[in-house]
Amino acid sequence: MDGSGIEITKDLTIPKLFLRQCRKYGKNKVAMREKEFGIWIPFTWEDYYDNVKYLCLGMVSLGLKRGDKVSMIGDNRPEGLWAEMAAMCAGGIGVWLFQDCMMDEVKYIINHSDTTFFVGETQEEVDKALSIKPDCPKLQWIIWDDPKGMRNYDHEYLISIKAVQKLGKELDEKEPERFENMINEGHGDDICLLFYTSGTTALPKGALLSNWNMLTMGQNLMAVDPCYDTDDFVSYLPFAWIGEQMMSISCGLQIGYTLNFPEEPDTAQENIREIGPHVMFAPPRLYEGMTRQVQVKYIDSTWIKRKIYEFATKVGYKVANLKFEKKPVSWYWKLLNWMASISMQKKLKDHLGMSRLRHCYTGGAAMGPDHFRFFHALGVNLKQIYGQTEIAGISIVHRDGDVKFDTVGTPIPNTEVKITEEGEIISKSPSVFLGYYKNEEATQKTLVDGWLFSGDRGFIDEDGHLVVFDRSKDVMTLSDGRPFAPQYLETRLKFSPYVQEAWVIGDKRAYISAVMCIDYAVVGKWADEKKLNYTSYPELSQKPEVYDLIQKQIEEANTDLPVPAKIHKFVNLYKAFDADDEELTRTSKLRRAFVGERYKDIVNALYADTDIVHMDTTITYEDGREQQIKTDLRIQKINV
Amino acid sequence: MVQVGELKDGDTLLKLEDVHMYFGKVAALAGVSLEVKKGEIHSIIGPNGAGKTVMMNCINGLYRPQKGDIYYKGQRVNDLRPHRRAELGISRTFQKIELFGGMTVLDNIRLGRHVHLRSGILSGSVYAGKTKKEELESRKFIEEEIIDLLEIESIRDKTVHMLPYGLQKRVELGRALALNPELLLLDEPLAGLNLEEVEDMARFILDLNEEKRWKVTCILVEHDMGVVMDISHQVFVLNFGNQITDGPPEEVQKNPDVVKAYLGEEDLYATRR
Repeated sequence: MDGSGIEITKDLTIPKLFLRQCRKYGKNKVAMREKEFGIWIPFTWEDYYDNVKYLCLGMVSLGLKRGDKVSMIGDNRPEGLWAEMAAMCAGGIGVWLFQDCMMDEVKYIINHSDTTFFVGETQEEVDKALSIKPDCPKLQWIIWDDPKGMRNYDHEYLISIKAVQKLGKELDEKEPERFENMINEGHGDDICLLFYTSGTTALPKGALLSNWNMLTMGQNLMAVDPCYDTDDFVSYLPFAWIGEQMMSISCGLQIGYTLNFPEEPDTAQENIREIGPHVMFAPPRLYEGMTRQVQVKYIDSTWIKRKIYEFATKVGYKVANLKFEKKPVSWYWKLLNWMASISMQKKLKDHLGMSRLRHCYTGGAAMGPDHFRFFHALGVNLKQIYGQTEIAGISIVHRDGDVKFDTVGTPIPNTEVKITEEGEIISKSPSVFLGYYKNEEATQKTLVDGWLFSGDRGFIDEDGHLVVFDRSKDVMTLSDGRPFAPQYLETRLKFSPYVQEAWVIGDKRAYISAVMCIDYAVVGKWADEKKLNYTSYPELSQKPEVYDLIQKQIEEANTDLPVPAKIHKFVNLYKAFDADDEELTRTSKLRRAFVGERYKDIVNALYADTDIVHMDTTITYEDGREQQIKTDLRIQKINV
Repeated sequence: MVQVGELKDGDTLLKLEDVHMYFGKVAALAGVSLEVKKGEIHSIIGPNGAGKTVMMNCINGLYRPQKGDIYYKGQRVNDLRPHRRAELGISRTFQKIELFGGMTVLDNIRLGRHVHLRSGILSGSVYAGKTKKEELESRKFIEEEIIDLLEIESIRDKTVHMLPYGLQKRVELGRALALNPELLLLDEPLAGLNLEEVEDMARFILDLNEEKRWKVTCILVEHDMGVVMDISHQVFVLNFGNQITDGPPEEVQKNPDVVKAYLGEEDLYATRR
């Protein structure tokens, strides 16, 4: 049993648990808050219940049946969660889309999932739905939430959440038992979510997750790191990411902690600081962003502040390293650490919204050891989570006091993890998914005798920690025949505030090379101070001074590496990798095969005897517009 | 203040009759007449130095024309000072941003609300009674109607001079809206903005004009012909202080004098199309 005291049985479903928690807390406890118009507006569990109930009944009166798919798209708002819960209560299946999905992706998922109800937040999402409606014969209703800009829309299949809830109220007056009866019909093995995985290689695949999957996952995680119903959590990452579902739905519902929704995506950082959450789970890029922000502010600050920062980080790193090595921390270092804490760490943590943080996780992609050390040196208990959508998000996590920055930790309860002879990581737990929707072939490949094949290569170290090397297909062979994980070098490079993205190439080649994307804001500021003129990203990236700056960052990452693993040549790309150009997945993982094909001219040039590569491509904006880019990129050699 | 009954869409909101404005011997406006109906977006276009901004300044009272009359809701406003015209519901933005750089975004917008605050020093000093009520209403109005509309939540507490130009333009519009105007004068709101910002701003203007909550009549001085022709109901063309024509965009585009004076420069019309 975990801290929530809830026994997960095969009969329990997410809606049943929802009902139970609403009854338990009623109007005495705040279930969620949203910042709107500059004020945090609370919703009690009773409000949560009413909103879900009427929305659910409303959709039912519009024709939602058990097993129907409800697709949702939009920022993190209570309404989004209500829609998801309402769909589940009616026995429907929730499908979340990333809010920046391109039209084609939306169309593919809506059609592939057989979606009948589409819930969009604003005019933008409604526009997306309207434009694909003619190609999606199964789509019946488009529901919207925010009235802004919606004055000229009068399609008969378009309806507002408020209007749906009104229909729900009418149905509730006629059949007051209906809502709870529908909930009671559910069973743990029923599918509750259809999750489209980002797919670094092919079209997205829809993973089917049952109530049982989701609930056991939450329970097993909470058994490791208990949470309390007095905790606060900030929900600001896309609901279409399994990690957010894990925290908001699975754990949130079991524990009953308060979910907080930021005002706008732009204000998330500020809002996190106002709330000061106790738990946090985010992909590495967010932590990388925070690190960068701190590094840049450090460069900007006054002499005395810099000195204090230097002192405090030096102490912090020392203490963190002692802890990593599980050595005792002497009273002398404890005292210094206390001074570091009051002089700098506490304040910095407050600025990052981390002052009350008890558990802080990263997952979804590889995180560099430098970033890990950075947060531990600040006294933040950052831990790695490893898992995939197909196992409801998590199978492995670091334990308190047993964090190793090059591993991802040990399995959560009821979870077995093994390494196959080929070195592939496989796992088994109650949370392993049911299969891919309408894709028997992929299911058979991934799911063998209850074991989930991850496609990741790794090994288990002497302490029983899992080390994830890289995606099996991404592991490279160096010139001396040794295997090498490109993401290791990439994460090291990304520790530099000037580097936004890096792509390391060199599988079965004579040497390693890299394509670098500078961080426009940070390098731009640096250039301002150096009085370098530039007008755009392409121009800035090609400045010789910027090349030298990036070279310095690469040389730093190169240190301590064997010569064949060092980067010998690099090129600054004229743009940053972007999910809209399909170069990254929606969770910001590099799609190597795709960029390899797209930038094959650059790759060839890096392995040819040339200094210049001519580029001629188009970039696509989110609204579908295209722009052609013609430019010359310079290749720079590094002495190793 | 003269009380005027509620106007309906299509009623005359503002009327300029034979307005002359001289600076020394230079005629900035040489007998200009304009009629703006309620609910319209009425654009004023013309080459540089045509007198567009002078016209704006005459309407909101910064300049007083030597000859001619200006009527707002049927009332002659020639002799009213700018702040009195603001009280009547005329608000404006400037070609060159005229914000208070050292103040926050919120403070700048609040300032635009000043004409509506009535409570005295006594209740203000204890923040009770009338002051409290007014402040709460004013806050609600600013947050729900302006900040939400212009999507500037993330910069509310930022100091204005630290913001990029495009956002400053937005803040200036926000301040003009704080007045809750019936007539909004926009002096080159799109100048200096990038494509995305232009699209946002054009959308805001349309929202303000069409949204039930606002229904603001707009006079728009702008060089971006693409946007002007797309969103205006009426286009007034000015050249060296002389009125060339006034009519719906389609007509104006065909008018040979206009083409000669202004649109003939193909490139100008093609901007951002």
